[in-house]
Amino acid sequence: MYVNKTMAFAERPDPTSGPMADCHLPPDLLNEARRRLLQMHWDSGVGHLGGNLSALDAMMLLHHEMIGPQDRFILSKGHSAGAYYITLWSLGLLTDADLLTFHKDGTRLAGHPPASGIPSILFSTGSLGHGLPLAAGLALAARLEGNKRRVFCLTSDGEWQEGSTFEALIFAAHRSLANLTILVDHNGLQGFGSTADVASMDPLGVRLAGFDVDIRACDGHDLPSLRTALAPGGNRPTVVIMRTIKGRGVPGMEGHMESHYLPLTETNYRAALAGIGLPA
Amino acid sequence: MRAELCAALMAHADRPEMVFLTGDLGFMALEPLRDRMGDRFINCGIGEQNMVGVAAGLAREGLEPWVYTIAPFCYARAFEQIRNDICLHGLPVRLLGNGGGYGYGVMGPTHHALEDYGVLLTLPNLTAYVPAFNEDVIAVIGSAAVSPGPSYIRLGRGERPAGAVLPAYAPWRRLTRGDGPVVVAVGPLAGAAMAALAELPVRPELWVVSELPLATVAPPRAFAESIAASRRLCVVEEHVGQGGLAQMLAVWALNAGIRVDGFRHQHARGYPSGLYGSQNFHRRESMLDPDSIRDAVLELAA
Repeated sequence: MYVNKTMAFAERPDPTSGPMADCHLPPDLLNEARRRLLQMHWDSGVGHLGGNLSALDAMMLLHHEMIGPQDRFILSKGHSAGAYYITLWSLGLLTDADLLTFHKDGTRLAGHPPASGIPSILFSTGSLGHGLPLAAGLALAARLEGNKRRVFCLTSDGEWQEGSTFEALIFAAHRSLANLTILVDHNGLQGFGSTADVASMDPLGVRLAGFDVDIRACDGHDLPSLRTALAPGGNRPTVVIMRTIKGRGVPGMEGHMESHYLPLTETNYRAALAGIGLPA
Repeated sequence: MRAELCAALMAHADRPEMVFLTGDLGFMALEPLRDRMGDRFINCGIGEQNMVGVAAGLAREGLEPWVYTIAPFCYARAFEQIRNDICLHGLPVRLLGNGGGYGYGVMGPTHHALEDYGVLLTLPNLTAYVPAFNEDVIAVIGSAAVSPGPSYIRLGRGERPAGAVLPAYAPWRRLTRGDGPVVVAVGPLAGAAMAALAELPVRPELWVVSELPLATVAPPRAFAESIAASRRLCVVEEHVGQGGLAQMLAVWALNAGIRVDGFRHQHARGYPSGLYGSQNFHRRESMLDPDSIRDAVLELAA
């Protein structure tokens, strides 16, 4: 029996309607988001959980502490849509009833972010290599309009094998789009092998440092480390390479490539719940 | 049509929302626009996928992006960006493809755009414009500028016959009246057809189409009446047969219950000889030259 804490979340300030400076992501909220993500995937019996769990901490931190109503977020690694939906749920922008439709017929919550139906989601993503050009366009629009908004784009590490991602990096660096922060969920695993074995870019930070961008590295599961790395940058784009663990928090999935596609087993599900202090 | 394009865009260039993106093309044509627009004229470099994605981001924020490159680098290279980033969201991005059909001639097949509007019209919300004459460009740009959805504008070379008097721009125009076969051309080939069909004894009726798809811009009643009366139709387009106007018209005619007894489709056939040359060379190889158009119409009339 699991306790739905959504009502309790409704009591906290809405971070989308006020200044973000005083917002703080409570650890118990992050834990609850993890539990709800696991439950949603367990209920729906679908995979892609590994990359959701590696990205959840960063998405929660961004949306609860850094992204204000004027800012923009693009989930370029669209296969982490589950973590995005859970983050929106934690903000009160999706309901439990919405989450129950995940991956079901007639849902707004498709396996990758939809093109319509959820106002917070600006673009349908999922084909890798699209998010960074879109984010660069949003960042350029802000500059042309004299707007100080920040634009965040969350990419996967395997996505840096896409040529269009590098087209966008060249563009953003050349244009000194300092309002653009690019996050890399560097969990080291992709769909059919490790990034090191399939098409190595390691060390990714060294490779990207060849461009005119600020490179920062952090532990993608450590909130203080993430806060430091995601702080506003200087006069050029910022790339934050987050060391993460695919399948974070699920003992049988952590660091396993299979978590890219395979759904939860009951054993893994109950072990993961126990790991975050909930009854298995 | 590049000079006309530049002049037409200059009329909109003072709008603060307008942003012009080019894939490193426009040399000796777009300099006045660049100078006028300043930091809203952006050379994105040689990266069409990024350029289209950036345009989608700009449009999402309410700006008015125009994207310019040569036609094949637009619709073919960046097709997925056009589909996912622009059309899925119905964003008003205007794609300007220079050199439609065999327009880049002896530059070779990588620079030809033989399947552009057929491919793009499979996407939701998109309107394709094919101006036929230089004089059409300003109207087409004006129409695309106020279109609420995505646009693709296929630019070619204006081929108005000397001395020809043209009706004002419209998506469908009747260029000559007649009681013979109905000939309908897409875009600039209408000029070649005008020249080819002048003074034929069979008096064909010539139409030109400059906006597609038919679901958005339906053929006018007068066109339907001409087809119904003639029952002979010749479609001329510098585009492969698959996905072209002829296929669209076939479905339209079937749905409308319009009977056609005689039909010719003059269309791009790729590179039948395996050789390359000017735009006119490739038109001849595809039977899109004036003599071939004339022969097709005479066969229909016989």
